[in-house]
Amino acid sequence: MSDAANMSTPILKLEHLSMKFGGLVAIGDLSFEARRGEITALIGPNGAGKTTVFNCITGFYKPTEGMITMTRRDGSTHLLERLPNHEIPAKAKVARTFQNIRLFSGMTLLENLLVAQHNKLMVASGYTILGLFGFSGYKRAAAESVELAKYWLEKAELLDRADDPAGDLPYGAQRRLEIARAMCTEPELLCLDEPAAGLNPRESLALNELLMSIRDETGTSILLIEHDMSVVMQISDHVVVLEYGRKISDGDPASVRSDPKVIAAYLGVDDEEVGDVLVEVGDEQVIEELDVAPDPEHGPGASSSMFAGAVSDTIEHSDEDERIAVSKGASKAAQVEAKEARSAEAPDTPSKGAK
Amino acid sequence: MSLQTSTQPTSPVQQALREALIAGVVSFGLFFFFIGLKTDQNIRNELVLVTRWGLLATVVILTMIVRFLYVAYAVPFLARQKIADAVTGLLPDSTGTKFFRVPFFIGSLVLAALLIVFGSAIVAWTGPNIGAYVTLIRAFAIIYAVAAIMFYGRAFIGRNFASIGIVSLILYPILVVVILALLAWSNGSANITSAAFQGSLKWVDNFGIQILIYVMLAWGLNIVVGLAGLLDLGYVAFYAVGAYSYALLGTHFGLSFWILLPMAGILAAFWGVMLGFPVLRLRGDYLAIVTLAFGEIIRLVLINWREVTNGSAGISGVPKVSFFGWFTFNVSDPNYISKVFDIPQSGAYYKIFLYYLILALALLTAFVTIRLRRMPVGRAWEALREDEIACRSLGINTTSTKLTAFAIGAMFGGFAGSFFAARQGFVSPESFVFLESAIILAIVVLGGMGSLVGIAIAALVMVGGTEALREMEFLKSFFGQDFTPELYRMLLFGMAMVVVMLWKPRGFASSREPTAFLRERKAVSGSFTKEGHG
Repeated sequence: MSDAANMSTPILKLEHLSMKFGGLVAIGDLSFEARRGEITALIGPNGAGKTTVFNCITGFYKPTEGMITMTRRDGSTHLLERLPNHEIPAKAKVARTFQNIRLFSGMTLLENLLVAQHNKLMVASGYTILGLFGFSGYKRAAAESVELAKYWLEKAELLDRADDPAGDLPYGAQRRLEIARAMCTEPELLCLDEPAAGLNPRESLALNELLMSIRDETGTSILLIEHDMSVVMQISDHVVVLEYGRKISDGDPASVRSDPKVIAAYLGVDDEEVGDVLVEVGDEQVIEELDVAPDPEHGPGASSSMFAGAVSDTIEHSDEDERIAVSKGASKAAQVEAKEARSAEAPDTPSKGAK
Repeated sequence: MSLQTSTQPTSPVQQALREALIAGVVSFGLFFFFIGLKTDQNIRNELVLVTRWGLLATVVILTMIVRFLYVAYAVPFLARQKIADAVTGLLPDSTGTKFFRVPFFIGSLVLAALLIVFGSAIVAWTGPNIGAYVTLIRAFAIIYAVAAIMFYGRAFIGRNFASIGIVSLILYPILVVVILALLAWSNGSANITSAAFQGSLKWVDNFGIQILIYVMLAWGLNIVVGLAGLLDLGYVAFYAVGAYSYALLGTHFGLSFWILLPMAGILAAFWGVMLGFPVLRLRGDYLAIVTLAFGEIIRLVLINWREVTNGSAGISGVPKVSFFGWFTFNVSDPNYISKVFDIPQSGAYYKIFLYYLILALALLTAFVTIRLRRMPVGRAWEALREDEIACRSLGINTTSTKLTAFAIGAMFGGFAGSFFAARQGFVSPESFVFLESAIILAIVVLGGMGSLVGIAIAALVMVGGTEALREMEFLKSFFGQDFTPELYRMLLFGMAMVVVMLWKPRGFASSREPTAFLRERKAVSGSFTKEGHG
């Protein structure tokens, strides 16, 4: 496959992805694409299933349905839902970071980055046996891996702390180190789970620069989950919005920003409209696979209040037999859709959804 | 330098008196029923109440005195030490320099020399009871002199700890024989060499070999528990596999130790993988329980599979190790060592040879561990201990990483087991009870997980310390003739563990050596490392 043709194929393609925990549908029929060499942001309110999508992509969860296709630079494709957990970084070249930082806190920064190059070094050391007897091939590979680690430490502005334990770093530096560690696996797709969480504005700015330089200099595509809209709008080329495990919007940052469904999902709709909207929503297709009547004990009640609990509140109850449905009124985006349908029928009614 | 605070309402002595009184009241209340009263049977088999007021008073007064001394002198002393430390940063030296002074050092050397030369004469003159105290004073003088040398040379020792340790371990049997020969000479013994070799048996075998076996076992377990963070309570199973491999194959097929040593290691590693597979999905407490069960299963198989293992009676007549076929240590063999070299017969040669053998095996374990830590697999073990999920996100195959840790740890257990069988000449399931696993694990934890030096020190303290209790003859003159100090070894073992864990919760060596560095190798504080959870 030629490079030009390869550039046009999306690096990651999710098709009809569903993930159910017992009766709880965390992701329902989600499809989107992440284009090569771009920064794709995955956003959505709390409990929308963003991290679940990440866990499916990186093999920590096996999706209930659907297909995740990763196309590498050399044209080989990998079905991520079929690969074992540890082969996804090794073979499909997908690396990730975690929402709650997971560093090897008792190891130094350099060691953290060397662990990330484990597979390469394992081969170079003849699966330990050759390395144990000090063969030169391993020594060369070890020196190269230190060079790579130095390169990424420098990029993350952590070179002068290379010999300190990772647990000793301040929070922002730990975030950068985790990204550097993921980059040491030489990935083609880097998945970042809330990289800017807990960073101050200056650190957040430095992070933006780091991510853009990763994209521009190494050609690594980035998929990121983020709540900080300044980060999302500044650096992402493409935004996918989730709500209750469903995609409600997909496009460039500007169009997503003005999408009334996205606004509703984040801010809610007017309370006086809720009653009307609910009636309409009852017939909508958006939640048709949730064919069981809503259970008032679980899930958010039949209210569109912003304070209604998220779906994730109900995870604890999920027995295999019990089917927990999202209340039909919970999805703000669905309410907006219903209202749009309604206003299409009566064109002279002004739309109040987009506020 | 006096930093007495004016806000303190009472002087330390007043406060100490008050606290001593309170301690007296509390201990009186506690011990009144425990010590003051005792139920007993009289001659007519009736239950009678015996009072022991004298003993009760002794205990209460002792408690009060200790409390008084602690509050009046020890607490202000410790507080002053801290202040000096903060102000000048000189404290760690100052206590030591007060305690280890050059005149004291010379005095202790003279005392030790005098007691070594004239000790036997004094004992003959005073009788065995007071003679035991003479031995004790001699021991203290020697320990003080050695400690003083270590204190003044601490910078040098700290720099070259490993090489000094290895050299002194290599010289140990020679030193023992030389010192015993000197003692025999001072006693005017007729046959100095045979007395020296005979006397060295205890020091080389009971102390040297015994401690080194535990050092090797603990270093082997360290790979599983200390590096990979997998809590293994059944490590003794691999020790048993190694011991029985050598005992069975050696007695039935007459194979040499040098063939069976690697074979015992391979068999133990095989069982390590066998254990590893089913427990891979378990973590923490569950893993500990399954490994514990595995250890017991191996032991019960050894007891019940009589046709092969001879059950609880064990296997005796396990062949001795030969010196690579050049000469042997069996008196009846034509190439027995004393026939080859034309020297007098002694059992000590074999023990000294075994000492060097286990030393070599232990050093091999240490060498392999040090090399492996710097290899990708060793780093992956430590990363696994720190965070397993992060490991998987970096493409590390955690299954094979855990299995290699189990297999390599088990392999060293197997080596140690086959050595144990060769040393004892007899194996039985008695030697492989859970307590052994617990002791090995305790040594690893006390030493500081992952640290080879710390673990060696912990083995020295734990195993050597309990062995040393047998040498405390003077305690008999203190507590009466029927007092056997070695019966208290488990009590002391437990107390020592509690004290060490309070004083150094991360073990003796609470820091971790990084495996790679860019500019300088800085030890990583134990507060950052994790223990692993499965």
